[in-house]
Amino acid sequence: MTGSGTPKLTEFLVEKVVKNYSGIYDKSTAELLSRVRREKLSQPAIFIGMGSCGITAGADKTLKAVETYLTENKIKADIIKVGCMGLCSAEPLLDVQLPGKTRLSFANATAGKVDDLLNSVFHHTLPHDNILGQYRFHGHEEWPGITSLEELPFFGLQYRMVLKNTGIISPEDIHDYLARGGYKSLFKTVLNYTPEKVCEIVEQSELRGRAGGGYLTGRKWLVALETGSDQKYLICNADESDPGAYMDRTLLEGDPHRVIEGIAIAAYAIGAKKAYIYLRSDYKRAIVILRDAIRQARECGFLGENIFGSGFNLTVQISQGAGAFVCGEETALIASLEGGRGIPREKPPFPAEKGLLGRPTVVNNIETLANVPAILENGPAWFKAIGTKTSKGTKVICISGKGVRTGVVEVPMGTRLIDIVNTLAGGIKNGKQLKAVLLGGPSGVFVPPQDLETEIGFDTLQEIGAGIGIGGMVLLDEETCMVSLSKYFMEFLQKESCGKCIPCREGTKRMLEILEGITRRPREESSHETLERFKGVVQLENLAEVIRDTSLCGLGQNAPGPVLSSLKWFREEYEEHIFDRRCAAGVCHDLRTFFIDVDLCNGCNICQRKCPENAIIGTVKMPHFIIENKCTGCGICFDSCKFNAIYFK
Amino acid sequence: MQQDDIMEQLLLDLFSKYPAGKKEGLIPILQEIQEEKGSLTGEILTAVAQHLELPVNKVYGVAAFYNQFLFRPHGAFHIQVCDGTGCHLGGSVSLLTAVEKFLKIKAGNTSRDGQFSLEAVPCMGACDQSPVISINGERYPRINEEELRKIIGVIKEKKV
Repeated sequence: MTGSGTPKLTEFLVEKVVKNYSGIYDKSTAELLSRVRREKLSQPAIFIGMGSCGITAGADKTLKAVETYLTENKIKADIIKVGCMGLCSAEPLLDVQLPGKTRLSFANATAGKVDDLLNSVFHHTLPHDNILGQYRFHGHEEWPGITSLEELPFFGLQYRMVLKNTGIISPEDIHDYLARGGYKSLFKTVLNYTPEKVCEIVEQSELRGRAGGGYLTGRKWLVALETGSDQKYLICNADESDPGAYMDRTLLEGDPHRVIEGIAIAAYAIGAKKAYIYLRSDYKRAIVILRDAIRQARECGFLGENIFGSGFNLTVQISQGAGAFVCGEETALIASLEGGRGIPREKPPFPAEKGLLGRPTVVNNIETLANVPAILENGPAWFKAIGTKTSKGTKVICISGKGVRTGVVEVPMGTRLIDIVNTLAGGIKNGKQLKAVLLGGPSGVFVPPQDLETEIGFDTLQEIGAGIGIGGMVLLDEETCMVSLSKYFMEFLQKESCGKCIPCREGTKRMLEILEGITRRPREESSHETLERFKGVVQLENLAEVIRDTSLCGLGQNAPGPVLSSLKWFREEYEEHIFDRRCAAGVCHDLRTFFIDVDLCNGCNICQRKCPENAIIGTVKMPHFIIENKCTGCGICFDSCKFNAIYFK
Repeated sequence: MQQDDIMEQLLLDLFSKYPAGKKEGLIPILQEIQEEKGSLTGEILTAVAQHLELPVNKVYGVAAFYNQFLFRPHGAFHIQVCDGTGCHLGGSVSLLTAVEKFLKIKAGNTSRDGQFSLEAVPCMGACDQSPVISINGERYPRINEEELRKIIGVIKEKKV
């Protein structure tokens, strides 16, 4: 079953399932549905996680190994390429489902392990390693002694609404989505509700934009709907280019039709005939999947002319970003779509009144739009029941950094950060201590351990100075140098600043210079220079505040986030860098001081010959010595020593 | 000469696909040329500007603004070292320094014989496998200096 290969099945699903209001099916339809959903199997099915993360971990090699195994052993089985189910640290993931039995999931199934794993499963025995868990299917025989996936700590806290299907269904086959109730909301919406009513329902659900501002999505739509114009546009913002986050990619590669359905409903609500999906051109696989998904949706009549006979027309176009971080900002994104440089402009007028080509344009984050089908399917009251008083629904979060488990999770609003760190991520790798959590990407804020009781939500996060915007969560262990990390982020933002407003263009550059000054070894250590550096820090704080308060767009306003929050919580680290010229974590290379272990040094003389500063003295076959004042900390001696006699503090 | 013909054909195809005078087509056109040819040149920008009825400096401004557009092609082996947050914490900096030393080129440059180019990119979206590098699109996860040396050693052997 792939794509358009089975027009009859498609037609059947559209007529009997999508256009069925009640959700009650006759026996033959129910039978067929359970087969399309792969609950009832005639032959074994093998699922391989083929998201970009899976492929990086070697999923394509696993796929080849599975194919070879099946042909060699003459076993007939379906191979289904699924997206990433979120547990990226366990990739490549391989699931096997035998007829009548539950779906069994294996972690780290690299190509070399495939033969053993499949051998034991096909002989109805359990392999010893790599078992992650089993899916719980009603009426299927369970594998004995295997925990179900929902009971795993990684899935226990999650509430998967947006990511409900990712990693489970095939993103390449629209039937998978249709058989799980896909496009029913769109059908219901365009035939039963007026655009005003859709805006009202979404406003009642209190769905707020997931990207940053946290505006009520329904209200934004209403503004665009009420602004008169011959043409209106909807833009789905999937331009996720901050280092360390990949939720949008996971969603697009795992369940593209949910996004398309959300786009179609939103476009109907604002009266747009044209929608754009703006995403990074680096997301090659996501683009291929999405392009195919749009084609399939068009062939089924969910996009195009006169959708479901309602007279509503919509074309969806993929627009590839050309690699600029600032284009995540809505007005910059619009400028880029118009064929110009991605430079933000002042608001108001808001894009909902005057956007792309001067027409009313709604820019919604991809996650916001992916929430929409579920809201229209289950009603606003259902959605409002999830989450907290001021923040409804769920939030998709990307955990990266030093956690035991990393990946993409979806939790209800109101989940405490500490629970995500301890339960979902499973604490810090290698038994180290948690130092801080970075919320958001390069313009995020550091949250110290004592603040981790905070719940996820628009207002609660604002209180600790963070925005919900980018759902990235980077766990940092004790070996992280906050000054160096802040410098790294500043370097990124300084490069990505578009150059339009002065605070951001000049300010980020000056901040970077100060941070570089702190982490660099000075040529001459006189008291005057130390004083200058300290002045730098005082100004760093001032400068950061000015940039935050006066920049035009989100990039500049949030750029000082890491510096300000690390200055607040880890000020002693800055002071250590400035006064003691020491980096306790040993990350700032220039500040390292090298020593020679007299017991290990046999006087081979290599370091002395290689030292560019002539800072090493000693005679052959006698232990050498490094003159501290002359050493610039370049580390050449450290790299060249064959006896590990050189160490640094 | 043949190269020029191919280029001309490509431009003609693109110009029939994207209507004249509509500047919305600028970025997609440049993206397709970049994809096909590997880099942009002054002549290409002039031709595109004429087609879209834009000043050449505007077109150049756009091309120079975005990271995707290059004015010097990548090497036969394009090595990207991921320097996203995850990989940065995972030690991508020392990895990058090691490659720089090994290939004797700096990040962002192409070697003189056009064989290698090195680039530090902000996040490939595989943070869980950090540090990650990519050579001509093929990704190598959880890599260390030793392995990287080996991989580059192998491709140095089979230079094209």
